[in-house]
Amino acid sequence: MRRTARGIAVLASATLALSVAACGGEEDNPADGQSTVDPASLTAELTWWDTSDPQNEGPAFQELIAKFNQTHPNVKINYQSVPFGEAQNKFKTAAQAKSGAPDILRAEVAWVPEFASLGYLYALDGSELLADESDFLETPLASNKFDGKTYGVPQVTDSLALMYNKELLSQAGVSAPPKTWVELKTAAQAVKEKTGAEGVYVNPAGYFMLPFMYGEGGDLVDPASQKIVINSEQNAAGLAIAKDLIASGAAAKPSANDAYGTMMTLFKEKKVAMIINGPWEVNNVKSAPGFGGLENLGIAPVPGGSARAGGPVGGHNYVIWSGMPQEKVEAAVAFVKFMSSAESQAFLSEKLGLLPTRTSAYALDPVKNNPIVAAFQPVVEAGVGRPWIPEAGQFFGPLDQMATEVLIQNKDPKAALDTVARKYKAEVVPGYGL
Amino acid sequence: MTTVTADPAPSSTTPPGRSARTSRLRRSWDKHWYAWAMVLPVVIVLAVLIFYPLFRGIWLSFTDLTEANQVAEICTKSITGSEVCRDNPNKWEFVGLDNYVRVLTGQVGDFWQWTGVTLIWTFVCVAFHFGLGLGLATMLNRPMWGRSMYRVLLVLPWAVPAFVSAFAWKFIFNERFGLANALLSAIGIDSVSWFADRWTALLTAIVTNIWLGVPFMMVALLGGMQTIPSELYEAAEIDGASPWQRFVNITLPGLRPVSMTVVLLGTIWTFNMFPIIFLVTEGQPAGQSEILVTGAYRAAFEGIRNYSLASTYGVLILSILLVFSVFYRRALRKQGEVW
Repeated sequence: MRRTARGIAVLASATLALSVAACGGEEDNPADGQSTVDPASLTAELTWWDTSDPQNEGPAFQELIAKFNQTHPNVKINYQSVPFGEAQNKFKTAAQAKSGAPDILRAEVAWVPEFASLGYLYALDGSELLADESDFLETPLASNKFDGKTYGVPQVTDSLALMYNKELLSQAGVSAPPKTWVELKTAAQAVKEKTGAEGVYVNPAGYFMLPFMYGEGGDLVDPASQKIVINSEQNAAGLAIAKDLIASGAAAKPSANDAYGTMMTLFKEKKVAMIINGPWEVNNVKSAPGFGGLENLGIAPVPGGSARAGGPVGGHNYVIWSGMPQEKVEAAVAFVKFMSSAESQAFLSEKLGLLPTRTSAYALDPVKNNPIVAAFQPVVEAGVGRPWIPEAGQFFGPLDQMATEVLIQNKDPKAALDTVARKYKAEVVPGYGL
Repeated sequence: MTTVTADPAPSSTTPPGRSARTSRLRRSWDKHWYAWAMVLPVVIVLAVLIFYPLFRGIWLSFTDLTEANQVAEICTKSITGSEVCRDNPNKWEFVGLDNYVRVLTGQVGDFWQWTGVTLIWTFVCVAFHFGLGLGLATMLNRPMWGRSMYRVLLVLPWAVPAFVSAFAWKFIFNERFGLANALLSAIGIDSVSWFADRWTALLTAIVTNIWLGVPFMMVALLGGMQTIPSELYEAAEIDGASPWQRFVNITLPGLRPVSMTVVLLGTIWTFNMFPIIFLVTEGQPAGQSEILVTGAYRAAFEGIRNYSLASTYGVLILSILLVFSVFYRRALRKQGEVW
């Protein structure tokens, strides 16, 4: 396996060199006058890798494709559902080998700078896709920028929120969702005493630790001054809060393996009252038998610490693989344009509760009156932008280990964070200072 | 001065020598060309399939090649048709032993911890494989009712794809919903957080692997037992040897050629047994149940792929196994075994 990958690498660099030589002399005509082209005359076959959940979210995307085909009957979209956890590596392998990569990919926000730095994506500047760039929300758009160019179009945005079981909280006598970690602890203890369910489940993974760290004013790295700040006192203080929730019994004891799945199962079965998670699970919770649907699901911004309240900004972007032949560009642009239009975003948010990335979409009817969007809007507004650097995707491996050590194995937060800082320096961002 | 005297001497002696050698070569070629021709495909296949990747891997471990720096220039295509190429600022280069230093001093990954876990994992797994396999084989080697049915049942774990078994066992050890904890609480013992401690996490993987590996050992040893002539047992019985004495003095020595081979194979397989650790414990808690191959995989292939680091780990793992095989062979030779 390893050797095959290496062989592919060699092949890929050889073919890349060839294709560069081939493209160098050719004067490509800029794809102008696209807007005057009759959509029905566009003929192409495009492959799209959708990384959304195939059961909860996939069908809505397929409905959108069907809508697209009403105006563009001759553009065939090969819809392929690729598991989110595998898509990043799968895409890189295929893009490197110059074969088998999809024309269009739904990429997580942190992937875009990485793919762009490796030359795997088309830069979209100057195309119709970014004609109304100012309509996009600033933070989601920022994740598409790398080295002065824009490589993707925001699809959805999200952030972590406090999701709670209204019934359990009111049984425990908690009238409003907790706004700080201190209130959360009290509420969770009340739930445990009065209802028999667990108060809160904290997923021991790096991404889910960020609200605790941001709450005290911490961050991972500071790209502006090229400094690693993960082992700051603020972060240690934030982690201490999470650790205390578990040690005091307010939070359920998390398991090291399958923690996320356990968290969702317990929440859907009403065995835990509060979790921290994002809008992508709303549909899943809504359809869980016995949970009580949306009426029973409360959504509130993540509780705050001593400095602020905020979760990490996540979401997904549409990117176009640079290996896609030039003649498919018009069709691909038309497709991405349709998918990222305000109307399509409104459709998705009505169906799935996903958050649009266009300001204009929020003014449309289905979004304006959507309770989930209304609940998540303050969540996203409080979201903290992440460092959009190619290495950003690698921050989470060491963080996940750290979260397990602190929350499950009772390691001292500061010591665990020092280890993470050393790993960042040695393996992730060697150019940064400690 | 030396050059002056040295030069003419070879020139005067080489021609006859060389011609003698070439003629000998020619004669040998004329006589044996078909042998060479027949060996050639094997040589080519070995060179392409084994030696080229092996030497390329060793060479890569002396560079800092990653996915990000493998090409000399990175080209960015614009959707409007233009293409900009710029030199890769950190193109890969030869770095000597840097990778080895970084891995062995623990700057990257946890090489020594992984090695320790790997050794424990390998030793415990192989010991149980062999012990249980031997016991089951002895049991099945005697006439008993339903013997063929037992054989089929005992080979079953081997027929199930490893990842299916891995997921099944992972679920058995699930801390909240799993069978293992349900059984424990049924007999009044507190449930265990299997994946919260490195030793219990490793235990789950070891149990899974034992379940998977015993059938092979059993079948191999059973085959070995059936090659032992029954006259030996009859003679021993007449001499009044107890069943235990017969087992120790006939069965075990008779099994030695088979068992030495399967233990060596089992050791190498278990050492590099990727899927069980990767799927059952996922390295939890916090990477502490990672063995060399899974740890190396995570270090090298998560995020931007690090081919040079992967090669470094590959070379190190290969070296450990080579050293082991050499010592193992030497130990066998001392006991008079040849294989």
